[in-house]
Amino acid sequence: MDFISSIPWELIAWSLGKTIFLIFIVVLPMVSYTVYAERRVSALIQDRVGPNRTGMPITLLGAKKDWQPFSLGGLGQPIADAVKFLLKEDFVPGHVNTIYFWMAPCLAMMPALITLAAIPFGSELAGDKMVVANINVGLLFMFAISSIGVFGIVLAGWSSNSKYPFLGSIRSTSQMISYELSMGLSAVPILLICGSTSLGHIIDYQGDHGWLLVPFMKEGLPGVREILLWIPVLIAFITFSISMFAETNRLPFDLPESEQELVAGYHTEYSSMKFALFFLGEYTAMIAGSALVVVLFLGGWHFPGLPDGAGNGGLPFLHIVPAWIWGVADILVFFGKVALLLFIFIWVRWTLPRFRYDQLMKLGWLYLFEIALVNIFLTAGILAFTK
Amino acid sequence: MAYVVPRPNLTWKEKIYLPSIVAGLFITIKHLRRMLSGQTKVVMQYPEEKWDSHMPDHYRGAPTLVKDDHGRERCVACQLCEFICPPRAITITPEEIPAESKFAKVEKRPKEFEIDMIRCIYCGLCEEVCPEQAIFLRKDYAITGTTRAEMKHDKAKLYELGGVMDGLVNKWNPKK
Repeated sequence: MDFISSIPWELIAWSLGKTIFLIFIVVLPMVSYTVYAERRVSALIQDRVGPNRTGMPITLLGAKKDWQPFSLGGLGQPIADAVKFLLKEDFVPGHVNTIYFWMAPCLAMMPALITLAAIPFGSELAGDKMVVANINVGLLFMFAISSIGVFGIVLAGWSSNSKYPFLGSIRSTSQMISYELSMGLSAVPILLICGSTSLGHIIDYQGDHGWLLVPFMKEGLPGVREILLWIPVLIAFITFSISMFAETNRLPFDLPESEQELVAGYHTEYSSMKFALFFLGEYTAMIAGSALVVVLFLGGWHFPGLPDGAGNGGLPFLHIVPAWIWGVADILVFFGKVALLLFIFIWVRWTLPRFRYDQLMKLGWLYLFEIALVNIFLTAGILAFTK
Repeated sequence: MAYVVPRPNLTWKEKIYLPSIVAGLFITIKHLRRMLSGQTKVVMQYPEEKWDSHMPDHYRGAPTLVKDDHGRERCVACQLCEFICPPRAITITPEEIPAESKFAKVEKRPKEFEIDMIRCIYCGLCEEVCPEQAIFLRKDYAITGTTRAEMKHDKAKLYELGGVMDGLVNKWNPKK
């Protein structure tokens, strides 16, 4: 009896509720609407119109036509997709390695969700910091967990026991491992400049000294140091973004799931919910990657002139409004920046052709790795000489 | 003989690849802007806008049989269309035209003529090969049905869809 009453039921229920709320009500709609945005933006780039007419799917309940009281412009499409994934037949071929086949989609989706937990998406709201897990070593945590994402793809390809998934997963494994190096190394100049791995501190530094990539976003003019540091930061931004494209398997590093070459790559043999997990996992990783780029280079939730959630900083005349409004505004600023970066992800996908495998490996090991390494020394030199 | 693949020398801008990425991004954003501002009109919003009133002359819709202006069905059941049809959608059973009929000179007509619209690929080869100018592809494209049996168009349905066509060659002219 004592044991049962000593279990912190309230804490467990509260944490479980928060987790379920965050994953199903915040992350999944964001991911589904990213898919919808991709379909629309890619269609407009290709001179066609994406899904622009979807009603609520009440034909499932026996109605004659889907219900569309006013034109939603296709915004109901992700709901229709979700219903489709739930109702589709989940087919497991006979020739697969069952344990790994079932494990692989979970391993693909999980790291993306966990990395989202460490990112501060706002300043403060009524005293609570807007980050799920305020980790001291936030940046290292992000890199460590995203390395686990490789396992999902490896196991998917291996357990599918078939040509094309095998080839896709082999390519993806080598690609992701190669570009993790450049990703980590290109983030090191940021650590040198900001002096901390905690993502919250990096954002605070950028709030005081201007965004790293855009040093003008602060009160007053940037000093000589910030202008000089802009060069290695720009190089770091380029190498980090390219590595982020490679890590999330997006074009131009699309080899693992190259539709024209490998049927569907590593997720060929998957259907219904398992495929949905791969698909959503890829877009969640994209969101996590964009959020990380925003935090490291674009100042996170900071916008010049707006006070933060506790009412500090910003233009003096804006303090008449209660502080929580600025908390909400900071969250919106953050998501606006993430949306901009997601648009750039989609834009680049439909502009560039795919890299050939040897070109990809050469780029990762010969060029990006060296550039990121030299960049660290450059940053250290500039920091030392502009004391 | 060894064939050496010509590899051109790249300029430094082409080597780092980033300027061409940016140039490509400008092209795609131009397409995006044009679609959003309505400058490119490439899409017909289907149920609201249809092109039934101004279809091209050569459009290949559903195949139909025609009668000519004397009221005779032009098909003589030669079965050429049945043999040329690539998915074998046409099935014909010929019969003799009885000697008392006005058109006894023609001798043959189809007892049953069935086109399975599920198989039809709208290629138009039956129209091309017909020596009697009896089968024509009309402009009807939305052929749907709720059962497979409904989608097999029999002779009556085909004549109903085809109607009467004027101006065709009258091969069986009785005056000759």
